[in-house]
Amino acid sequence: MTGWWRWIELSRRSVLGAGGLALAAGAVGIARGDYGDPVPHAPVKTVPAGVASPHHAAHGGMLTVGEVDPARNGFDPTRILTDWDRGRASTLADGRTLREFDIIAEDKEIEIAPGIVFPAWTYNGRVPGPTMRVTEGDRVRIRFANAGSHPHSMHFHGIHAARMDGVPGAGEAVPGESFVYEFDAFPFGCHLYHCHSVPLKRHIHKGLYGVFIVDPDPARHPEMVEAASARLLASADNAAWQEFVMVMNGFDTNFDEENEVYAANTIAHAYAHKPIPIDRARKVRIYLVNVTEFDPINSFHLHANFFDYYDTGTTLTPTLKTVDTIMQCQAQRGILEFSYAEHEPGLYMFHAHQSEFVELGWMGFFDVRDAVA
Amino acid sequence: MMRAIAQIGGPVAAILMLIAIFFAYEPLRRPFGGTPPPVEALTVERAVLDENGIALKVRADGTEPVTIAQVQVDGAYWQFSQDPPGARPRLASAWIKIPYPWVEGETHKIVLVTRNGLTFEHEIAVAWPTPKVGATELGRLTLGGLFVGVLPVALGMLFYPALRAGGPLAFRFALALTIGLLAFLLIDMLEEALELAGRAASGLNTALLVWAVAGLTCLLLFGLARAGGAPLEGTALAVSIALAIGLHNLGEGLAIGSAFATGAAALGGYLLLGFTLHNVTEGIGIVAPLLDRRPGLLLLAALAALAGLPAVLGMWLGAFAFSSHFAALALAIGAGAILQVMIEVGLLLGRDLAQGAARFFPITLAGLASGVALMYVTALLVPV
Repeated sequence: MTGWWRWIELSRRSVLGAGGLALAAGAVGIARGDYGDPVPHAPVKTVPAGVASPHHAAHGGMLTVGEVDPARNGFDPTRILTDWDRGRASTLADGRTLREFDIIAEDKEIEIAPGIVFPAWTYNGRVPGPTMRVTEGDRVRIRFANAGSHPHSMHFHGIHAARMDGVPGAGEAVPGESFVYEFDAFPFGCHLYHCHSVPLKRHIHKGLYGVFIVDPDPARHPEMVEAASARLLASADNAAWQEFVMVMNGFDTNFDEENEVYAANTIAHAYAHKPIPIDRARKVRIYLVNVTEFDPINSFHLHANFFDYYDTGTTLTPTLKTVDTIMQCQAQRGILEFSYAEHEPGLYMFHAHQSEFVELGWMGFFDVRDAVA
Repeated sequence: MMRAIAQIGGPVAAILMLIAIFFAYEPLRRPFGGTPPPVEALTVERAVLDENGIALKVRADGTEPVTIAQVQVDGAYWQFSQDPPGARPRLASAWIKIPYPWVEGETHKIVLVTRNGLTFEHEIAVAWPTPKVGATELGRLTLGGLFVGVLPVALGMLFYPALRAGGPLAFRFALALTIGLLAFLLIDMLEEALELAGRAASGLNTALLVWAVAGLTCLLLFGLARAGGAPLEGTALAVSIALAIGLHNLGEGLAIGSAFATGAAALGGYLLLGFTLHNVTEGIGIVAPLLDRRPGLLLLAALAALAGLPAVLGMWLGAFAFSSHFAALALAIGAGAILQVMIEVGLLLGRDLAQGAARFFPITLAGLASGVALMYVTALLVPV
């Protein structure tokens, strides 16, 4: 009889399978049959008392509890959305622009969901690393110092020499040393950089990645000056746009090669707790990059709206028109363009359309308003 | 007096100093500074499903206080509240209340995510409303307890006239059978106690307590029963056997009650029927020492109650306040009591054999074997 305590942990299947036996013995008194029909119980109250903010109503109780303190982390997911790092600009002898960046790899504990700390490896103390934004044809110079505990590198998705590839044997820095990457910014588009040291999976999912945006130079695209100019940061045409960067990532907190937390820009539910303000009069452009480790794809779904999509951002005409969901494999990226001009103000949800990722943190809201301060 | 204080205080002070020195110069600390990550552990002790969702009683069980940062239900982060809130120190418990719309009859998996990102899973195999303390539930459990405890013992006692008619041989046979059945129960209870101990928070060292409690209970009962100086026989021995079997039935009640509370009650009927048949042998065991005298009906009823009613109490506790730790200890007490009566019955039979009654040996052996065999065969009726 030993082991029959395991009744307490019956699998559902065995219970259903033995239902007939239970009925046969129903007279004894506590068989299932005596319960009669499934016991009616009041619907579970899904929104706990004390959860005040109105957008909580949109997802019942399905949300992380509490909020992440940006001050403690040293980076704020709301700021990361628009925090372009343009480097130190200077003019070279040939008239081209040189943009110089200083990047330091360091070990750092970061809070990735309220109350959950993750032993991350970071570029400049944040995950994702700085969003480097340059213009097509710029000379780019990155001084990379490794202050971490393992060898690291910066591997750019772009066009460069083998020496500059940032892989073991070519542009990798051991702890305490540094390396200077230098190349011309081509092609224009929405790109990324990440550590290419081995083991690759661990170096990426621990947080060593960031976005590398190359804006098109309108002078190089005379046939599409307007489209190129709209993408060029700080140009007059660009002012009509609200631009955001989102890195879809995940964290395997217990190192079982499955992510416990999914997010856009690291912090689970960051934009659900604090929706992204949108001025509905201005168009929206999102630079979207997928670095999610362990899962083959990630995706982006926009509620109540459709967008044009530029895969990899290397074209000035959309590669997909009028869609509301796109998917990306790891390192795939693209640009989304849409508008809320014809919408009424309100909270508009966006999330991965893998429900699993949504429920584990990758979900947020646009707070569409008439004017944003 | 002063001398006694010095003799005890000295070593105690030395131990305290050793602890202080250890924390000052932790010998296993990493040579380059820093501390290894804390070992966190959580044990889920109880789950309550009701109209407010799911509530889990969890116990911290690691080297460091455990902070539950987030809770996933079926792979989704879910709002929850913790009572009491904050980090739970080693071996402290807390209730996690999750307003989750669980689905009756289905399986739910809950993952508790700690501050360091460690995950602890708890599966609710069959979601079922946890019974609330109320007249209906208590009545139902009481009825179940009477079925599994009192009824079979009383049925077993019905064999009394037949055994009595068998004369001295039947008396020996019945006593030996009692030892056999008790041996079966002893092993069964210890195994179950240890299995439950494995499920309790490891920091509670429940397995060690099971052995200690069983041993001490045995000695204590042995001493109490022999306070008069004479070895046990007759009515006193019957009472001892009934008490030991009662403690065993308390354990069975605990298990059935908690199965009932966690939704496994779907099989409760079949389970109860099996146990009822299984426990009939216990009735024979209790009346065995009385075969050479004439017990009144009142005494027999009292013995049946003593052996059977604890099953009712066990059902209540199991359904409404189950704890692996305390259930294991309850079983350990039962095991100790059984060991004690095994010794007493054994001594009674032994005195017989020592008096040169070699003709009783075959019947004694047959009784022992029959006791174990009966328990084994009727145990086959209980689905495992």
